[in-house]
Amino acid sequence: MEDLFNYIIGRYNYWAAIILLLIGLYGMIAKNNLLKKVIGMTIFQAAIILFYVSIGDKRGATIPILDHGHGTHQAIEAAAYANPLPHVLMLTAIVVGVSTLGVALAILQKIYRVHGTIEEDEILETIDQ
Amino acid sequence: MKKTALIIIAVLGILLLRAAEDLPSWGDPQSPASVHLSNYYLEESYEETSVPNIVTAVLADYRSYDTLFETVVIFCAGITVLLILRRTPRRWPKVISPRPNRPGADIILQTAARLLVPMMQLFALYVVAHGHHSPGGGFQGGVILGASLILLALSYDIEMALHRFKEKFVLLFSAGGVLLYAAIGLVCLYLGRNFLAYGAWADLLGISELAAHSHGMLGVEIGVAITVLCIMFSLYIDLASGGDLDEGL
Repeated sequence: MEDLFNYIIGRYNYWAAIILLLIGLYGMIAKNNLLKKVIGMTIFQAAIILFYVSIGDKRGATIPILDHGHGTHQAIEAAAYANPLPHVLMLTAIVVGVSTLGVALAILQKIYRVHGTIEEDEILETIDQ
Repeated sequence: MKKTALIIIAVLGILLLRAAEDLPSWGDPQSPASVHLSNYYLEESYEETSVPNIVTAVLADYRSYDTLFETVVIFCAGITVLLILRRTPRRWPKVISPRPNRPGADIILQTAARLLVPMMQLFALYVVAHGHHSPGGGFQGGVILGASLILLALSYDIEMALHRFKEKFVLLFSAGGVLLYAAIGLVCLYLGRNFLAYGAWADLLGISELAAHSHGMLGVEIGVAITVLCIMFSLYIDLASGGDLDEGL
C-alpha cells in the first residue's frame, strides 16, 4: 500500500502532463471547429511546458537565483538550486507559443472572411462546390 | 471521427503512462536532466558572467544564439499576421484621431486604465533592467509593456492607442529590437571574438570582462523587450480589428 502511495506521489507530475497532453490532442483530432482545434493545440503546449518545468524541480531546492553580494562568494551547491535549463527553454517557448497562436488566429480570421465559417465540414463543402 | 480519436488517445495514453514509470521521480536531484550540464551552469556561471540570476545568464549568454533566433521567430510571427490581415490602403484614407468621448465609453474603466498604465510600464522597465538580479528579463518585461498598451487599446479604442504609438513606429521598433540584439553580437565579431561573446565589449566600455558580460546581457535583453513589446501590440491591434485598425473590440 505504501509502495503504491509513493509510486503515485513520485510521478504524478508526469500524469498531469500526460492527461493535459491527451486532452489537447483529442481537441486537435476530434473537434470540428477550427478555433477549438487551436485551443487544443494551446492545451497541448501547456502540457509540454508543465512537463519540462517539473523535470527541472529538485526536492527542497530554491529558484536558480544566487544570493548575491559581490565579494562574499561561497561555493555553490548544485542540489540547493533548481535546474535552470528547462526554465530557460520554456521561457522562450511561452512567448513563441503566444506568437504562433497569433498567427493561427490571423489565419482563422482570413478563413472566416473567405468561407464565412470556421467549421471544418462546412469549409470542405464550400471548397467542393 | 470521435471514436477514432478516442481509440488513438487511449492507446497513446496507455503507452505514455507506461513510459512515465521509467522517468525519474519528481524532485529527484540525481535525475538525468540535473546531473550533466545544469550543474556546471549553477556552479560556474556566477564566476564567468557575474550575473546571479542563472536563468538570465544561460538565456542571454551561454544560449544567446538560440535566444537571438527565438526573437527572430517572434518578429516573423508578427510580420506574418500583418501580411495575412492588414488591408491595403483604402481609397479614402481614414483620419486617425482619439475619441475619448464616444457614446458608451466607461469613465471608471478609462480612469482606472489611465492610472494603471504608467505603473505597469514602470514595473516592466524594472523587470527588464533588474532581470540579472531578480526574476525577470527581456521577454517578461516586454510582455508587460505590451500588455500596458493593449490595456490602453481595450479601455479606450485602438485608434487612441495608435495615436500614442503609431503603427509605423511599432514596426520600426520591432525590427530595431532584433537589430540591436544582432548588432551587439556583430560588434564582438568585429573585435575578433566569437559572435555574441560579450567579453569583447570590455575594452570599448572600459570595464572588466566580467562586467562586460553583464552589460552585454542587459543590452540584448533590452533588444528582446523592444521586439516583444512591439509584436505583442501589433498582434493585438491586427487581430482585434481584423486588420482595419479602427475601433476594434
